Amino acid sequence: MIKTDILIIGAGPTGLFTVFEAGLLKLKCHLIDALPQPGGQCSELYPKKPIYDIPGFPEILAGDLTSNLLEQGKQFQPGFTLGERAETIEKQDDGSFIVTTNKGTQHHAPIIAIAGGLGSFEPRKPKLEGIEGYEDKGVAYFIKDPEVYRNKKVVIAGGGDSALDWSIFLADVASEVTLVHRRNEFRGALDSVERVQELKLINKINLITPAEITALHGENQIEGVAVTKDVETQVLEADAFIPLFGLSPKLGPIGSWGLEIERNAIKVDTLDYQTNIPGIYAIGDVNTYEGKLKLILCGFHEATLMCQSAYKLLNPGKKFVLKYTTVSGINGFDGTRKESPKAVVKAIV
Amino acid sequence: MQDITIHITDREGEKHTVLAPTDIAMNLMEVVRSYELAPEGTIGVCGGLAMCASCQCYINSEHSLKDMEDEEDAMLSESFNVKNNSRLSCQIPVSETLDELKIELAPEV
Repeated sequence: MIKTDILIIGAGPTGLFTVFEAGLLKLKCHLIDALPQPGGQCSELYPKKPIYDIPGFPEILAGDLTSNLLEQGKQFQPGFTLGERAETIEKQDDGSFIVTTNKGTQHHAPIIAIAGGLGSFEPRKPKLEGIEGYEDKGVAYFIKDPEVYRNKKVVIAGGGDSALDWSIFLADVASEVTLVHRRNEFRGALDSVERVQELKLINKINLITPAEITALHGENQIEGVAVTKDVETQVLEADAFIPLFGLSPKLGPIGSWGLEIERNAIKVDTLDYQTNIPGIYAIGDVNTYEGKLKLILCGFHEATLMCQSAYKLLNPGKKFVLKYTTVSGINGFDGTRKESPKAVVKAIV
Repeated sequence: MQDITIHITDREGEKHTVLAPTDIAMNLMEVVRSYELAPEGTIGVCGGLAMCASCQCYINSEHSLKDMEDEEDAMLSESFNVKNNSRLSCQIPVSETLDELKIELAPEV
């Protein structure tokens, strides 16, 4: 079981900044995120887009902001459970919580900070009859282990970077790769589009455009998919069907944790961003209150106030004053110390 | 600058006639959100970057709209429930030429 002081659900900018603010108060953090990398929307949706309203940065790329936040919190040695979705929460007799992910990883903490943004990113599933029955029986929305497809007949659908990149990768692994897209044009990095073109010419990728998958076939496992081009439909033999139509965020299991939900967001007290369950806070885009603005900079503010409140909750009655990093420096959990250089007092004669 | 009138059919099929300002750089997705015609978290999820298609709508009047850029076109090519009159409402700026525009929100995916 992973133990920490503050368990942060969501490793987007607000969650990452919480690590820093908690660290100043000597509180250790662990983050859970459904995505395989930290950064949330910033790294998943728009890493190359500039953001112009981060104080002190006239312009910063979303991906660079994520890197900077990771660097800023590094000395406080946060733990990460990535690629797993927080599924259940159980309150313990002592008021602490155990959060379990969809893969069974358990986390124990007295404080929970939900910084889940718009929710966990789930694959967008095509509307095909019976598709859910084939999940894990040939249908997959993510590729976790490409070796699963060795010497198999694979059909990929989609027109973005993941569809292109996986088609290229699997061309050397699978016995047959077919890429189906609704348009002739693909939205992806130029070199990926060109590589698919090359692999098509040497018959390593079977490209069918403009076309759509219209039905799935197979007894207990995918055995074929129907591809419709213009008005003609053909059934391709297939061992696997991988639709890659991007991700969309869903509030998901957090919505059934007994928290007060309003307009798809968690209601909080603006005093400290605590939810209706003491010890569980919600910060950043996932929360709502009167006047709420879904801005990264507001998430940073909420994280800061939340950490102060969490400290008081964990240390009742203990005297505490706000410290300025310029005055006190930073003592990392890794033994590092950062501080401003001391002025030299020396007479000039 | 004058406000314009827009007719919006929500995902439940209910029709709304709303006023939209033309002087604060709003787009159609933001108009829908400002009148709360779709639940928060189900529209404009990516904030208006043409990256999620949660604001897809159908244009049901003959207005001449801003041309589709590559990003919008590509996003729609990967979206569901797409029709010939589909657009991403986040990519359509509210302007005086859109007075009496009729749109319908595409189903949530």
